[in-house]
Amino acid sequence: MPDQTTDYDLIVVGGGPAGMAAALEAEKRGVTRILVLERAETLGGILEQCIHAGFGLHYFKEELSGPEYADRFIALVEKSTIEVKTDTMVLDVIPGEGVHTIAAVSRTDGLLELTSAAVILAMGCRERPRGALNIAGTRPAGILSAGAAQKYVNLNGYLPGREVVILGSGDIGLIMARRMALEGANVKMVCELLPYSSGLTRNIVQCLDDFGIPLRLSCTVVRIHGKERLEGVTVANVDARRRPIPETEMYVPCDLLLLSVGLIPENELSRGAGLALDPVTGGPAVSQDRETDIPGIFACGNVLHVHDLVDYVTLESQLAGAGAAAYIQHPEGRGKAAAIPVRAEGGARYAVPRRIKRGVSAHPPAEPSSPEAVQVYFRVGQVYQGAEVRVRSVSPAGETVLLKRKRPRLAPGEMEEVLLKPEQLASVPQDGEIVIDILE
Amino acid sequence: MNAQPYPTGRYDVAVIGAGVVGTLIARALSRTTLRVVLLERMHDVSQGTSKANSAIVHAGYDAKPGSRKARMNVEGSRQMPTLCEALHVPLRINGSLVVAFAPEDMPTLEALLARGQKNGVPGLRLLGPAELFSMEPNLNPAAAGALYAPTGGIISPYELAIAAAECAVANGVELCRDFSVAGIDASPDGDFTIHGPRDLTARVVINAAGVHADEVARMIGDDSFRIFPRRGEYLLLDQARAGVVSATIFQCPTNMGKGVLITPTVHQNILLGPSAEDVEARDDFATTDAGLQGVLEAVALSVPGFVPRDVITSFTGIRAHCDRDDFVLEPSAAHPRFLHAAGIESPGLSAAPAIADYLLELVRDAIGPLEEKPDWNPGRKEPVRMRELSQEARREAIARNSAYGRIICRCETVSEGEILDAIHAPAGARDVDGVKRRTRAGMGRCQGGFCGVKVLELLARELGVAPEEITKSGGGSRILLERTE
Repeated sequence: MPDQTTDYDLIVVGGGPAGMAAALEAEKRGVTRILVLERAETLGGILEQCIHAGFGLHYFKEELSGPEYADRFIALVEKSTIEVKTDTMVLDVIPGEGVHTIAAVSRTDGLLELTSAAVILAMGCRERPRGALNIAGTRPAGILSAGAAQKYVNLNGYLPGREVVILGSGDIGLIMARRMALEGANVKMVCELLPYSSGLTRNIVQCLDDFGIPLRLSCTVVRIHGKERLEGVTVANVDARRRPIPETEMYVPCDLLLLSVGLIPENELSRGAGLALDPVTGGPAVSQDRETDIPGIFACGNVLHVHDLVDYVTLESQLAGAGAAAYIQHPEGRGKAAAIPVRAEGGARYAVPRRIKRGVSAHPPAEPSSPEAVQVYFRVGQVYQGAEVRVRSVSPAGETVLLKRKRPRLAPGEMEEVLLKPEQLASVPQDGEIVIDILE
Repeated sequence: MNAQPYPTGRYDVAVIGAGVVGTLIARALSRTTLRVVLLERMHDVSQGTSKANSAIVHAGYDAKPGSRKARMNVEGSRQMPTLCEALHVPLRINGSLVVAFAPEDMPTLEALLARGQKNGVPGLRLLGPAELFSMEPNLNPAAAGALYAPTGGIISPYELAIAAAECAVANGVELCRDFSVAGIDASPDGDFTIHGPRDLTARVVINAAGVHADEVARMIGDDSFRIFPRRGEYLLLDQARAGVVSATIFQCPTNMGKGVLITPTVHQNILLGPSAEDVEARDDFATTDAGLQGVLEAVALSVPGFVPRDVITSFTGIRAHCDRDDFVLEPSAAHPRFLHAAGIESPGLSAAPAIADYLLELVRDAIGPLEEKPDWNPGRKEPVRMRELSQEARREAIARNSAYGRIICRCETVSEGEILDAIHAPAGARDVDGVKRRTRAGMGRCQGGFCGVKVLELLARELGVAPEEITKSGGGSRILLERTE
């Protein structure tokens, strides 16, 4: 039974695609007192500024823009019993025994202190700033993260530059290359430190190739020039150890440098709450129902790990919504299930979930045929052609291979997945763990 | 609100340069009934040496006994806690350690101890390794001992200058930013005429022009000192590294050089630096690969193990090294009412409150008795800082003004109300960096990635200009170029 002594049964922190999908799934499963807290003025999160197409191909089987994808969920939330507070910033998540407290502020409500049986964290991620790159030179205007530039252009209708260099070939960088070109800017090049792009292949084709924008791999910006407004950058090729090669330095005049050098899950609240975080993803270490190490606190979407497609964020967030519903409705089962640790090694950089609770069902409704199976997501650290993904059960008694899958191509830009069937999970010994690696 | 220009453009005192020295001098003068104008060539106060330095309140053991540096340092740092309390400027007395990383450096520490005692620095003592490591467990295990100065502190230097400017303006000083002094006409008996964007006259001129002080002196034919700009590069580390040291750690000066420091900042970051390089250009704030690499390598002597990934931002400061090797605090030989507050390099920040008092004396010497303002306010209104408030105080702030309930900067928890306060304060913010220095919006991990857009919109709205007019830091540093179709 839901605990009527709390203000809510479920509070969702974040009203982007992850938070909305999680809240809707929990409602569908019978949770009634749900509150979504969103810091922006509207629901939708980062999708609101992603006006390009390419969303929803997997989940809706049609191609939508970011706002269109968000609107489908916003409409559902509006029709539901879910309560929403926008323009509300959560300051603290304070875990407790069965009751968690959320401190938040807003213009209209002032300071809020709300209790809830379960909490879902869905704060998304943010872009890595220039400082982290240690690029030498001046600090003029005209250096923006790709996402900030996207906001200026798409939401506010302003052009932040005309002669553009983009550092980093992450998806936002690629999308912004096209966007700036469509706005009439001269996008001179996209530089990528690594020998491969970290963006989706389809974005390289549609955003760079179709517009004749050169992608320079193994290349980086080594110096920034210009006193007040950016006047140019020096770019250089890098060697195998990613060190710039001085002889290859080249001055490129430009008035805008966009940085698309990675995304970082936004976990200040998770850290403040004392959640165990995965050192590789930066997000909470969760089980397959997306429960963190603190019972009743769940996490999903980009706050957990950076996803390549919003469709997968939706699916994952439904897991968290279902997990939170089960937690709320079955207090007797809280924190009881034994779990199998999941680890990535040898080419696989990380895996989500980090542990699989035995005998717990947590699955997207899109997969009704395999109710007990567990989807494990992972990313690789480099490009592989024709490699094999291997999943083993490893215990002090020995190891067995649970599955091997040949993949024509594995790339860091694309999220990978394997499905572990109930019988495979059942075969893992009590003291065993699941290890994912890549065989070349 | 900035005071209206005096219609005649005629002032008793013109202070040239609104760094920490110029603003504190203006504040000291604002206790008198003198008409004072504070001239700053940049778009905001605190844009030169005061913006980028080690942010240390030195205890005072470093300067040569009997020098102005020694005297002003000890007196300035003695005043600093009271001053910072009145002006609501972050200051923390965290203590300083000069660490010897080899036994042969111990005599240097003893010499510093003797020098500090001669300068009147309270509480100095030498520490052996046991006590040193109990205070600072993360130090290089090779450390042999240290000189401990319990009165050493850390401060936010640009906030001190901003607060001093706010106090001065609230007390009637007129602040003119974007006022580059092009020339000064001096007459032996009459007023000075100062040429700039508009001409104005003053009975007394105070030269607090930092790295440009010798250029300003030459405008009246005074060639008695020269400033040699000295670049120093710094690295600021993520708050995740907070706690690696609690005191400010100096390396024992050796014949290899002065070494670099590692210190906490009042904002819970860790600061490393500076490199030292004499340069020609007085406004070359670019960082270099060599400088950054050099700082990381040099600091490893104090605390090993920092990697480039720890760095969230880097910056360059220019120190105004003077060929006299001491502060120049005196009337110019070329004119008795032209007063220098020049050659202010380390420990200039620590000494600044004492320098301000001293310049007030020099003004008195130059023009006779001064009348005190009966209603002078030595402080400023305490800024609301939502990040630091208790839940109860936050509740009250939002009840008073709902704009404190709208968080704009997520990394540093800065509300719209704080940003509006910063814009509308006396000597208020006029650009994105000005908001950042006053409120910390954009200072956090994402470095303005999220809130930059909103800060720009608020500036445009409150200043009543188009968003395209808003700059990062004045001049040509516009952020947006035009509206899209």
